[in-house]
Amino acid sequence: MESVSFPPQSSIAICGGTHGNEMTGVYLVREMQKHKVDKIGSVSISTVLSNPRAVDVCRRYTETDLNRCFTDALLSSPITDSTPYEVRRAQELNAQLGPKGSEKAVDMLIDLHNTTANMGLCLIFYTADYLPLQIFKYIQNKMSSVPVRAMQLDIPLSDAYSLDSLGKHSFSIEVGPQPNGVLRADIFNIVKEAVDHTIAWLQEFNSGSTFEAGEVEAFTVVKSVDYPRDPVTGEISAAIHPQLQDNDFKLLKPGDPIFLSFTGETVKHEGEELYPLFVNECAYYEKKIAFHLAQKRTFKLPSIHMKKD
Amino acid sequence: MSSYSNTARLTEARRVAIFGGTHGNEMSGVTLVNLWMKNSDEIQRKGVEAKPFITNPKAVEKCTRYVDTDLNRAFTPENLSAPGGDELPYEVQRAQEINKVFGPKGSPEAYDVIFDLHNTTSNMGCTLILESSKDHFNLQMMNYIKKAIAPASCLVLLNEHPLLKYSTSRSVAKHPVGLEVGPQPQGVLRSNIFEAMRVILKHALDFIELFNEGMEFPSCSVEVFRVSERIDYPRDANGNIIAMVHPNLQDCDWEPLNPGDPMFQTFDGKTIHYQGSGTVYPTFINEAAYYEKQQAFVTTRRETLVASAIGKA
Repeated sequence: MESVSFPPQSSIAICGGTHGNEMTGVYLVREMQKHKVDKIGSVSISTVLSNPRAVDVCRRYTETDLNRCFTDALLSSPITDSTPYEVRRAQELNAQLGPKGSEKAVDMLIDLHNTTANMGLCLIFYTADYLPLQIFKYIQNKMSSVPVRAMQLDIPLSDAYSLDSLGKHSFSIEVGPQPNGVLRADIFNIVKEAVDHTIAWLQEFNSGSTFEAGEVEAFTVVKSVDYPRDPVTGEISAAIHPQLQDNDFKLLKPGDPIFLSFTGETVKHEGEELYPLFVNECAYYEKKIAFHLAQKRTFKLPSIHMKKD
Repeated sequence: MSSYSNTARLTEARRVAIFGGTHGNEMSGVTLVNLWMKNSDEIQRKGVEAKPFITNPKAVEKCTRYVDTDLNRAFTPENLSAPGGDELPYEVQRAQEINKVFGPKGSPEAYDVIFDLHNTTSNMGCTLILESSKDHFNLQMMNYIKKAIAPASCLVLLNEHPLLKYSTSRSVAKHPVGLEVGPQPQGVLRSNIFEAMRVILKHALDFIELFNEGMEFPSCSVEVFRVSERIDYPRDANGNIIAMVHPNLQDCDWEPLNPGDPMFQTFDGKTIHYQGSGTVYPTFINEAAYYEKQQAFVTTRRETLVASAIGKA
């Protein structure tokens, strides 16, 4: 593959508190703001507390999930008195960091999240964008104390619903397990290190380095599985099976247990072998998702370097 | 006051309540109580009326700890007698209703036993919470449970501290028992945590049945961890947290913390050490709900209590 060039990555945004109870991003952004971090070498940095109202009450959101408000449709919807806070906020953030899909948008937007699932350190991308994938490869090589993985959402930009879709080359950093409303030092240190490595990579990129070609594995979500529920009340009637709990990214084969009902029955996985992700994420109960299932894919990366004018 | 060789004669524990959803996002209790309200076979015992009950339904519906104020701090004498009806905070109204049904607190009509089911984000494992070191019925029950689930562990936390003790939902009963199982995130139901709580309740109800049928329980020693001190996060002048529970302390509930051991870590990696005068046993380490209560963890001291022999009156 020929080496691919990209313009200098000179403006980035680091966002935390997109979900107000995911504490690592909240505190990391606050720390950066306290220390007035706005430029590191060649990279100018905006630090943004995405959902300040949700952060204030330590809830995921106040009216609707902010991280689902960035579709083209919602970003262009007219604002009325009944428009939920998060839809308005999404449009503000789009004006500040976007507009989505335009030349004016930040080069890179890194959105910091936590999950109650045992996902380790996981970078989440929309498309097979070589820049974030090279950063992923770089972080994976640098950080050996924690599993580092990548998840890809196969969705066109217009339907892309999350905050990171505002930037030209973006990704989310999702780290768990951490309960909502809790700040763990080990998780904080992992996220801080990942952010530091990202900024270091950008410096190297902007100074003209070439990043070698290679291959990375990423997990592409193909479907989601809901909890077994009572047909009348809709209440869940089983919990994630102990053999699946905390085993995100471990291949699930047909016949493997996935749920254990409150009356002791085991529900087993049927269908193809797939990788479970976001197993028992708190926020997904209301979205009717017990876990996602993904295929593992290999992405070939060309070498990349900065485009010189 | 019975002497060492005498058996304390206690009345039968006939009316037993099982509270879930005192905090609406602590899912084991919510799930167990809902299950037993639909089908109570599992909690039936001869000579026992076991009533499962959701204490804070509005909080359960919103999957939040509380709506206006923490129900598990609301059972103060002031709240229980406060006039004001609908204008009172929701949980104060609930406390008054619960006191009417399961109390009145302190009266002969109060329920004999209330089990209050809780989860914690702390790595506390299975913990039984005792409110009085002189409750020999509870001490015997806790001894029975500990022996029944061995080698799995179930520790006893005693909160008799004059300042740190609080007015719990279960305090309405003659024998209040807190069940605290963790670690589990708020809003999440983990199968292992759910089943552990279920097993503890099974043994607790077995004990009550045996006692009511006339079994006598000889005097025994029970190891407890007595609440000593609340330790808050280091904060700046504006009240913002400036350090996190240190990685060496995180998840180490019930392990000894010695003077000089790492306790907090600042955001730029510096260690703050424990400066106490002796070894303590920390618990409720990094409980999500306690950030707003200015508590990073509590320290406890190990103690052995002696439970009198007990038998039915």
